[in-house]
Amino acid sequence: MTYITRLFVVMLMVILPFNSSSFANDETPSDFVATLSGLTSSNFKTRTQAIDKLAQSKDKRLAMVINALLNSQLHYRKSDKLIAVLSEKNSKEYAVAVLTGEKLEVIKSSEWKKVIISNSLRTTLRDSLAMIELNDEDADVRKTAVAQVLSQIDVGQLAFLQKRFELEQDDEVKAQLNIAISTLLLKKNEGDTLSLIAKVKDSVNPSVRQVLAEVIENAKDPEIKQLATKTLAKIDQRVSRYAKIETLFFGLSLGSVLVLAAIGLAITFGVMGVINMAHGELIMLGAYTTYVVQLWLPNLIEYSVLIAIPLAFIVSGSVGILIERGIIRFLYGRPLETLLATFGVSLVLQQLVRTIFSPLNRAVETPSWMSGVWQINDALALTLNRLYIIAFALIVFSILLFILKKTTLGLKVRAVSQNRAMARSMGVKANWVDAMTFGLGSGIAGVAGVALSQLTNVGPNLGQAYIIDSFMVVVFGGVGNLWGTLVAGLSLGITNKLLEPWAGAVLAKILVLIFIILFIQKRPNGLFPQKGRAAT
Amino acid sequence: MFLKKILKDDRGGQVFLTILLVVSILVPLSNLLVPEGSTFHLSTYTVTLLGKYLTYALLAIAVDLVWGILGILSLGHGAFFALGGYAMGMYLMRQIGDRGVYGNPELPDFMVFLNWSELPWFWQGFDQFWFAAVMVVLIPGLLAFVFGWLAFRSRVTGVYLSIMTQALTYALMLAFFRNELGFGGNNGLTDFKDILGFSLQSDATRVGLFIASAVALAFGYLSCRAIVQSKLGRVAIAVRDSEDRLRFIGYRVENVKLWIFTFSAILAGIAGALYVPQVAIINPGEFSPLLSIEMVIWVAIGGRSTLYGAVIGAILVNFSKTYFTGAFPEIWLYALGGLFIFATMFLPRGVAGLFKKNEAAQA
Repeated sequence: MTYITRLFVVMLMVILPFNSSSFANDETPSDFVATLSGLTSSNFKTRTQAIDKLAQSKDKRLAMVINALLNSQLHYRKSDKLIAVLSEKNSKEYAVAVLTGEKLEVIKSSEWKKVIISNSLRTTLRDSLAMIELNDEDADVRKTAVAQVLSQIDVGQLAFLQKRFELEQDDEVKAQLNIAISTLLLKKNEGDTLSLIAKVKDSVNPSVRQVLAEVIENAKDPEIKQLATKTLAKIDQRVSRYAKIETLFFGLSLGSVLVLAAIGLAITFGVMGVINMAHGELIMLGAYTTYVVQLWLPNLIEYSVLIAIPLAFIVSGSVGILIERGIIRFLYGRPLETLLATFGVSLVLQQLVRTIFSPLNRAVETPSWMSGVWQINDALALTLNRLYIIAFALIVFSILLFILKKTTLGLKVRAVSQNRAMARSMGVKANWVDAMTFGLGSGIAGVAGVALSQLTNVGPNLGQAYIIDSFMVVVFGGVGNLWGTLVAGLSLGITNKLLEPWAGAVLAKILVLIFIILFIQKRPNGLFPQKGRAAT
Repeated sequence: MFLKKILKDDRGGQVFLTILLVVSILVPLSNLLVPEGSTFHLSTYTVTLLGKYLTYALLAIAVDLVWGILGILSLGHGAFFALGGYAMGMYLMRQIGDRGVYGNPELPDFMVFLNWSELPWFWQGFDQFWFAAVMVVLIPGLLAFVFGWLAFRSRVTGVYLSIMTQALTYALMLAFFRNELGFGGNNGLTDFKDILGFSLQSDATRVGLFIASAVALAFGYLSCRAIVQSKLGRVAIAVRDSEDRLRFIGYRVENVKLWIFTFSAILAGIAGALYVPQVAIINPGEFSPLLSIEMVIWVAIGGRSTLYGAVIGAILVNFSKTYFTGAFPEIWLYALGGLFIFATMFLPRGVAGLFKKNEAAQA
């Protein structure tokens, strides 16, 4: 670095409003800059010294520098030795200058040179990074840092943890620190083993279990052995309980997918008695609507799903009305023919999608607010998108229930399905109601497609994968019964996931299918058969 | 005479059997005796293709028997067809002997590949043709019997039954896709060498299989016709038209359904067994629900409840399938989908119905 640029950088540092508390008393910003410049040295020894010195620094930007070093992203420009973090975005490389935060576009990557570090330096850096994070102002960062140390059972960090424990104000972090310290002490076989075991007994962290298992193996004192065994057994019990909750969650999420896919069918098949084999393709259209929305509004990926929901309803709903007006209404009273004709429609729709969008699967992006996990504790984490889909299924279900039970349209739908001739003589336009009901069921299928686009591949075969399952759910729940569909969908989902650990995914599915086939033999009208006059 | 009695009122059947007889004499002649460059020569490829159509026709008759005559829309006949095919495929697999890639005299290649040390129990006996032939009949028949016994006794009817049969074939497809089941998983059974000692590659064997298919089709048709003419057949038609009334009169409807359903499944199994040596492969794709629904559309296009209509439909649809998938692969699914819609809306009695109308006009 030339003298002038260095001076310039130093001046910048002074001008830029840095929080003065981030600099320790014995360190000035220029020290940090000087240390950093050591990184650009071609001499390996100088670099090592610089990094060692860097690790002692308390500058705020240190964490960024170390992270970049560890990820091999730290570079310097050959011409003026400007240190920057290189990263790629939209297949363009950018450099962010470490000292100024200035963003530069990288024109020629050959102008930049990577700061290379050795493996032993990596270890040192990782340690110092952990320490920096342990002392971060944000409690969440501190928590992650503790969890990181614990998950690696990094005994070397024990001293840092203990030091931090003295300073720590946040109760949650303190509790975590306590567990981590006790675990590390157990690992090192230091201190009073009995009281340490008592301290970790509420944790479900896998590292704690691992260390406890080691303690049991190595313990000579029978008392310690007994206590450790008992504690471990208790922890294992809790972990397996959480595992069960997780399975239940997976089951519920699969179940709500089934409910979403089947609920539209429950309207068209259950209420109207129309077999719509193109139902799966209406779901597929909904999923493609999401894809098109994302293509159309690339800047609004975050809202794309919300925009797609009403659009998918309209797209699938209108296609549904077209099918009803164009084909199905000529075939009322001939369910088997309806089945065949709508199957033809499904083939045409599939091929249409193949022609328009290509036969390959299309990638639909997940908005950032839908991705991620909800970490409840060390043994239990629930993925957010599945959580949203469970909630979404319930919302769709409630809206549908509301429409059928509380609105005029719902009243007319029920009237026509119970006694068509009577409803018509009361002035209900049965044809119009048919079209609307079918449109409603189809629209719901489209909405289900939006949800599915977040879980599976969007391709021409998306619908086929769900059509048989959907029929199973409706038949199992009892035709013409929305509540039956909900219960059937959720219970089939959970059964499937409960069977999966010992049967495997495919076999579990086969078993569930066989179960339904046998169940229908026993109770041909499903779980909740319709009673009274509506049953005919 | 027996034949005369069966075909007395069946003009369509008489015409169909005559054509079948003529074709099954002419095709072998023009393949084996007419020299290759001649315009009257039929390539072995065409003979095999025709043989395949004939097995489809037999399958279509089986579907028509349950749908057109008995009134049950089965969306799972592909399962019986494929099971018959697998039984034959297992025999052909065992015939390969030590000529496989791995040269194991006992185990088929895919088992060696999966590191299996011995033949699973359900593969025992399939080295004998008679055993395989019995299984071709027994396995689809047994499955249909058990399924039908459960379903018809508890009066699962109409659309429910259709969906159940579809679930059946879907479940079987998933199961056969698994390697652990021991039927070659995804790839199925293939690389067959010979049947009863005759090489499957030779023209004479191909022609022999074609003739066997034609004979099976003729016997299948006649037996179905015999059933329709018999008292059982009339009861079956009554089941189709008014099941409840028949039950009130005192018939055991479930027994009628069960026997005809089982017989139809056996026919489908035989069709599958003849199909496999001609196309030289059987894989789980044959179980796919789509194929089972396609079979129904053959019958719908040809004309329900006439039996010979099913034959017309099967050959017509499959001929166009071969043509379209070769010439315009993009269009085939549109065409098939269009056929489904067209046939159900505008051709309720199928192609055979068109002929019947003419007959009525002449009379």
